[in-house]
Amino acid sequence: MSAKHVTTSSFQADVLSSAKPVLVDFWAEWCGPCRMVSPILDEISAEHGDKLTIVKVNVDEEPGLAQQYGITSIPALHVFQNGQVVKQIIGAKPKPSLLADLSDFIK
Amino acid sequence: MREVIIIGSGPAGYTAGIYAARAGLKPLLIASSVEAGGELMKTTEVENYPGFPNGLQGPELMDSFRAQSERFGTEVLLDDVIEVALKGQTKIVKTGNGETFESKTVILATGAAYRELGLPREKELSGYGISWCATCDGFFFREKVIAVVGGGDSAMEEATFLTRFASKVYLIHRRDSFKASKIMQERALANPKIEVVWNTEVSELLGEGKLSGVTLKNTVDGSTKNLDLDGLFIAIGNDPRVWLVENQVELTEEKFIKVEGRSSKTSLPGVFAAGDVIDPTYRQAITAAGSGCVAALDAEHYLTDLE
Repeated sequence: MSAKHVTTSSFQADVLSSAKPVLVDFWAEWCGPCRMVSPILDEISAEHGDKLTIVKVNVDEEPGLAQQYGITSIPALHVFQNGQVVKQIIGAKPKPSLLADLSDFIK
Repeated sequence: MREVIIIGSGPAGYTAGIYAARAGLKPLLIASSVEAGGELMKTTEVENYPGFPNGLQGPELMDSFRAQSERFGTEVLLDDVIEVALKGQTKIVKTGNGETFESKTVILATGAAYRELGLPREKELSGYGISWCATCDGFFFREKVIAVVGGGDSAMEEATFLTRFASKVYLIHRRDSFKASKIMQERALANPKIEVVWNTEVSELLGEGKLSGVTLKNTVDGSTKNLDLDGLFIAIGNDPRVWLVENQVELTEEKFIKVEGRSSKTSLPGVFAAGDVIDPTYRQAITAAGSGCVAALDAEHYLTDLE
């Protein structure tokens, strides 16, 4: 299952008000490393979706959200909990490293 | 037991795959999980790869390399090699997802990794104003003031590419001339948004939580000054990626994998190396591809002699 695409209008409901932690993958079509990390996030979502919701923000279509969260490098993975950014991961990483980075949210 | 395992998926790795597969060796190519395709995945237009008179995009070229290697039976695995044991007759290769493979031969085509400036807080500010990938991150610097550090082809390409977005691009180089190819230099120098800062290196990264500028040091008279910046792109070259094998195969003084003469033979029987990981000099897609071909042919001869 591929991740839900979130927009400015759905960000409040899908991310900020979520009861579960939400990982937001800021990405773009033209970013090679983003394309590589995307299937890994799908796998993590399939395995740990009960504890962590994974969604995507296309920075081309949603430059306002990218700016609001200070994105200057993608892929950027931000974990939101109770409306706050609690973890930031920059750059494409192999699955074992991502799982280690996200261990607080998926145990 | 495999006949050939290829580690790496740039031009050298995939070309080795094409040749080994056509030789009927059913190679396994371990491509990496997030960096498959190698360095060309982060470039834009490739204009000097023969056979493509109109140029093409780096990722498009690498997709073609991959497809051509798979057409003849190369098995491509999107995983990372984390450990190898190459000294015995049977070579052992372990991956990040926990698989272990055995093979009679291994071709090392692990390429090179971006060189860092080596300044305090460089890691911490990466992704917060410091970038290693102009094609990924240029978009975020629309109408901003940025700088590129370096003097080679990739610095020229990045600086030129970034003028699409930035209002101003400083090109900072520690010498008084570039080593980039003439056509790339001319393109950068002719661009009105690019200002070259010669004989200068970055000596300090400024900003809390986010890059706000750099301290520049003149390499001739040692004087320093600060420059306000929104972004800094580092393109000062690459270092061969040898951490996986450095305690097993012999390296050159410059830490490249050492090969015998014009061949791809390393210090260990059955272990071959190709591409940027053996090349301190040329480092082009086409030379890497040629070198991958050599490695596959050497591996094939070695396997024939084993029988």
